[in-house]
Amino acid sequence: MSADTRTSTPSPQCADVACSHCGLAVPTGLVEHGASEQFCCAGCRTAYAVIHSCGLDRYYALREKLEDREDRAPAQSTRARYAEFDDPAFAELYCRPAEPGAAPGHGLWSCELFLQCVHCAACVWLVERLPRVCDGVVESRLDLRRGMVRVVWDAERVNLSRIARALDSLGYPPHPARDANDRDLRRREDRRQLVRVGVAGACAGNVMLLGLALYAGLFDVMESAYAALFRWASMGISVVSLAWPGSVFFRSAWAALRTRTMHLDVPIALALGAGGVWGVVNTLRGAGEIYFDSLSVLVFLLLVGRFIQHRQQRRSADSVEMLFSLTPTSALLVDEDPDGGPGYTREVSIQSLCAGQMVEVRAGASVPVDGVVVAGLSQVDQSLLTGESRAVTVETGDRVAAGTVNLASTIRVRVEATGAQTRIGRLMALVQDSLGRRAPIVRLADRIAGWFLAGMLGLAALTLGLWLALDPANPSLAVDHAVALLVVTCPCALGLATPLALTVSIGRAARRGILIKGGGVLQALASPGTMVLDKTGTLTVGRMRVVRTRLDRETRAAVCAIELHSTHPIARAIVEAFASADADEAADVAHTLGGGMEGTVRGRRLVIGSPTFIASRIGGLSDSDARAVADLTSAALTPVLVAEDGRIIGSIGLGDPLRQDSSGAVADLRSRGWNPVLLSGDHETVVAAAATDLGLPRASARGGATPEDKVGAVRDLSSSGATVVMVGDGVNDAAALAAATVGIAVHGGAEASLAAADVYLARPGLSPVLELCEGARRTMRTIRICLAASLCYNVAAASLCVAGLISPLIAAVVMPASSLTVLALCVRSGAFRSGRSS
Amino acid sequence: MSILFLIIPLAFLLAGGAIAAFIYAVRQGQFDDLDTPAHRVVVDDDG
Repeated sequence: MSADTRTSTPSPQCADVACSHCGLAVPTGLVEHGASEQFCCAGCRTAYAVIHSCGLDRYYALREKLEDREDRAPAQSTRARYAEFDDPAFAELYCRPAEPGAAPGHGLWSCELFLQCVHCAACVWLVERLPRVCDGVVESRLDLRRGMVRVVWDAERVNLSRIARALDSLGYPPHPARDANDRDLRRREDRRQLVRVGVAGACAGNVMLLGLALYAGLFDVMESAYAALFRWASMGISVVSLAWPGSVFFRSAWAALRTRTMHLDVPIALALGAGGVWGVVNTLRGAGEIYFDSLSVLVFLLLVGRFIQHRQQRRSADSVEMLFSLTPTSALLVDEDPDGGPGYTREVSIQSLCAGQMVEVRAGASVPVDGVVVAGLSQVDQSLLTGESRAVTVETGDRVAAGTVNLASTIRVRVEATGAQTRIGRLMALVQDSLGRRAPIVRLADRIAGWFLAGMLGLAALTLGLWLALDPANPSLAVDHAVALLVVTCPCALGLATPLALTVSIGRAARRGILIKGGGVLQALASPGTMVLDKTGTLTVGRMRVVRTRLDRETRAAVCAIELHSTHPIARAIVEAFASADADEAADVAHTLGGGMEGTVRGRRLVIGSPTFIASRIGGLSDSDARAVADLTSAALTPVLVAEDGRIIGSIGLGDPLRQDSSGAVADLRSRGWNPVLLSGDHETVVAAAATDLGLPRASARGGATPEDKVGAVRDLSSSGATVVMVGDGVNDAAALAAATVGIAVHGGAEASLAAADVYLARPGLSPVLELCEGARRTMRTIRICLAASLCYNVAAASLCVAGLISPLIAAVVMPASSLTVLALCVRSGAFRSGRSS
Repeated sequence: MSILFLIIPLAFLLAGGAIAAFIYAVRQGQFDDLDTPAHRVVVDDDG
């Protein structure tokens, strides 16, 4: 996961000099001759200085021993001020008093923060030495797996923003973890589950010991007083087991019955209830069979299965939330100068902004609010919101929306709407709405449960009737056999099979970069349906790239030298495509925003820019040049022209090309019976071109779709009850992701899409989607095999019961045996194994 | 063998004590993070 958050390491490198902090090679230009310490970047320099001045140099020794060399990365200090961490609203949400009597600004407080870039035991050591780095911090405990630190500080001596800056300077940028209330709730739930498993285990073990004594008594003579003692003792423990940890099954069965739905817990609760009640009756009257040992083992095994599944799902969800918390939470508020001066900026939390205020948005930052540009001229990338990959020029008077990214230069924006009132906020509301309306995926086990229950009850009635007819004088024997049937055919293996198979798959998938939030997803993906694919960022890289070039080699180098002076996406794409070892130096470089650039390289004066810009500079385009531009535009490419001495010497076509593996993956999906559909917010022409490249019929590609259109399309497709899978990355896809049967957010997606999706792919491209479908198919096959095995067992056990041949001893051997078979089958399953899935 | 009438209730008391201790440990958060302590013990010096 942390690999996503690391930016690229600096290039070009000199292999001889290693950075004193991170140990990676130092770029040639940054090597300081004669200095004993060398740094590859400013982040490492800061981190080293802090660590050194606090006397924590042992970190490096530990790291040398403990760190995997592959994990090395430069310190990722953001140098943010974290001023929003001191906001009362922030404290309300994320901080908690750590001692009784702590009030804001007074006493001990605690907060949990996600830390980026923690990866080894040395990080644990360093982060937990925070009290030595930042005065006033009392305690710091790191949970390495989750990357979460709990800090306790004295509010009179230090504030949270200083602590955050200290962590940032060490190279671990902190992010608020989650709403503290929500987290407390989850923690309580986790602990409750663990207690249940523990108590059920203790009960099961003790009842089994007592059962062993009773079974030994079957073969030897046991005095009836001792037999009664053992029976009473087993009853005591089992009642605890059934009433405390086992109560979850009764509650869940009751809830299912009340809503008239079927759940696997109904037959389980029936078996537990019937076995328990009749066992108590038999103990009280001192005759007949008791199944207490089988019942307590049943409760224990089922709870273990559920606990493991719950933990695995929580693990995947935590990883996604870590990504989610990386959203910026602060904005630069401009305090306006009444005399008309430029004013001062200060960092505030986004929540505290209100309409009418002015914020500054620097190049590369995302716009925090909906508003109108009041100063500055820039270009914004709206792809997150609209799915369109081309940047849009904005100037004074134009509207910008929250969530878009400012690309070129600083602008100031008058706030019109914040938070839930922004377009993105309304989209998020749509996401919530869609999630609420989504029909839950009916689990296979629950579908079977109804038939199972009917079968169990029918057979029990049959047994009862049969034995009443055979031996009318002894009705309790008939009840004994009927209860034995209910207990022995209890769908224990069935109840274990699904959670275990799903857990094994979710765990293996997570290791392969596919984070699955819930088990139902795998079931829905196992059989093919319609797969709606977003274009930008999903099928394509989501970035501008040079696709066509008509320029000689020398001019390319010159163009590259000029474009090096800009951070615009088009310029960066050109630099990426044309970069060569012997880079020229450009002089007198000038930018024209929204138009192009010019500069002098080796005495040549080149003008590079859009056709309109070039036309205005050289006084119109010739017919052949206009044709070349039209060619590029019709191929859905953005044209860039290069002019020298008043005439055009070449052209470049940029676009967001399909990933190399996209066509193959789409063909593969179709061969597996999926129906891929292209749905994009990009221009019709661009989408049509992409569909042709992918080999999709024109009818299954649609462009110009707004986020609302996408939701509508997904709802239309799924209205017939078919499986609709949505694959997308942007905020514009989020509501559609939530509306689909299964939403898959792809690598690099927006936070909103992570919140709405059921699956997050930590690897780029479509190949993880294929792997996911294949893994889902294999998982379901494993589950079916397990179900078949456990049904066979149940049929065999049921016939023994009807014939009155079962005894508690046989039940105690056969029941766990069936569960163990299922366990072995699940662990051996081939789902998401490297090399076995495509 | 009548000692069983004493031993079994005693065993119950012991088991009850163990369960109580387990629940106490869970509530104290001893089982919340099972990975990091293993690393911490390797690097702890002045802790």
